[in-house]
Amino acid sequence: MIVLDGVGMTYRAASGEVEALRSISFRVEGGELVALVGPSGCGKSTLLRIIAGLRPATTGRVAVDGRAVGGPIPAVGMVFQAPVLLKWRRVVENVLLAAELAGLDPGQFRARAHEFLRLVGLGDFADKLPRELSGGMQQRAALCRALLLDPPLLLMDEPFGALDAMTRDELNLELLRVWGEGSRTRKTIVFVTHSIPEAVFLADRVVVLTPRPGRVAAIVPVPLPRPRTVETRASPDFGALALQIHQRLAGAA
Amino acid sequence: MTVGALRRYVPSLALFGALLLIWQVVPPLLRIREYLLPGPIAVVRAALNFSIPWHAHIWITTLEILGGFALAGLGGVALGVAIAWSETTARALVPFLVVVNTLPKVAVAPLFLLWLGYGVVPNVLIAALIGFFPVVINTAVGLTQIDEELLDLGRVFGAPKWKVFVKIRLPNALPYVLSALKITATAAVVGAIVGEFVASQAGLGMVIVTAQTNLNTPVAFAALGWISIIGLTLYGAVGLATRWWAPWADTT
Ligand SMILES: Nc1ncnc2c1ncn2[C@@H]1O[C@H](COP(=O)(O)OP(=O)(O)O)[C@@H](O)[C@H]1O
Ligand SMILES: [Mg+2]
Repeated sequence: MIVLDGVGMTYRAASGEVEALRSISFRVEGGELVALVGPSGCGKSTLLRIIAGLRPATTGRVAVDGRAVGGPIPAVGMVFQAPVLLKWRRVVENVLLAAELAGLDPGQFRARAHEFLRLVGLGDFADKLPRELSGGMQQRAALCRALLLDPPLLLMDEPFGALDAMTRDELNLELLRVWGEGSRTRKTIVFVTHSIPEAVFLADRVVVLTPRPGRVAAIVPVPLPRPRTVETRASPDFGALALQIHQRLAGAA
Repeated sequence: MTVGALRRYVPSLALFGALLLIWQVVPPLLRIREYLLPGPIAVVRAALNFSIPWHAHIWITTLEILGGFALAGLGGVALGVAIAWSETTARALVPFLVVVNTLPKVAVAPLFLLWLGYGVVPNVLIAALIGFFPVVINTAVGLTQIDEELLDLGRVFGAPKWKVFVKIRLPNALPYVLSALKITATAAVVGAIVGEFVASQAGLGMVIVTAQTNLNTPVAFAALGWISIIGLTLYGAVGLATRWWAPWADTT
């Protein structure tokens, strides 16, 4: 469970101060999938970093699983907005980096790494260098790296932003499977996206942020039945929810 | 190598051939004496005249160049790592290194000879001294010029500092180090020859000094040719190593 209480963030640089976030408060329950939408530059990436403990918030409190966040939190999978692959490592070695950095034996995760790569359509690219992959393929490799250690918490920053619509829809379904949509032990996921349909399709709740400085404009519950399928997108409720979020975004601008 | 690849070298080979021809033909027409500018045929004859113990001189000079190169490489990387490791080590080392680097190394050569006597060792040290600084700088830069998000990755997975150093920073620095080593390869040649100029009993630099005093200019040119072959070989080896060890780096 993630608790954000009055979180604010102001970047201080030589060129001046940028207030990225202002008094953000919401909770993410254990096993919940929350989507974060908002205009570009409103502080979504900043908020994920704060939750992960990679940057300290300037004001407010953050707690994950009851513990105040004061530094990098353990047992988290993070997908950055950029793929962030090591350009000298082959794709599968990049995925296995998760185990190496965490101090685990990568040999034990090799089969799993290949399985994930197949799952995201990179089975034939395991031994390529990152530069031989398109941006979208690199991002999928980064997703495999984040999933490798089966973390209970996933923080994902526009992970499918660079993908074509069809691949994105496929991977959305795959993500729901990995999340544990059909099971009781679900991961907790915070998912940043700029696609309203993607947010509605995936999320239990959608947190809508205002333009910079980002504040919570609305929290929209998504009561669509699970498991969600291809038909979900065609339902009238889906359209209504998407429209509602669209209006909240427009109203906040 | 394919015929197509060979064809790339046709223009430069043609130019080289033309220059050799001009060099051979024109000076005699202008009545330039051989001790001032020997023709290529005389130079090649001197280079292949094995009554001069070329192999011994080549061996000594190569040893000095390789020793200086290796010392500059290892020492440079070690100092670069020390600088990149922490603010404190950087503050301690950098001013000292800048002073050492601004010393005219050629002027230090006689001192090394005074302290260490004749032989290979002082010349190795001079070669290393001339060549190590770019390695220090590039190592430090390669270790620190790193995408902030790559370091975040280490923090997400709770990796200790040394592990981030070994798995992320060091490989990131490798192309930087290799490109510095190309400069070092050239500098080590200069250092070894400078050392031999100052004082030595063997080596291609000594051959040049002796030939000059005897006005035996073809031999001096021949020694120069051998030096250039050693230098080019080392430079080429570093280039190959770059392609082999850092194929991801965009080098040409
Ligand atoms: N490291 C930084 N230093 C200074 N300003 C930053 C930094 N990172 C982000 N910002 C600023 O903070 C704001 C929010 O950025 P970001 O969190 O990346 O937004 P989003 O992910 O929603 O597009 C932007 O105005 C951006 O310019
Ligand atoms: Mg962002």
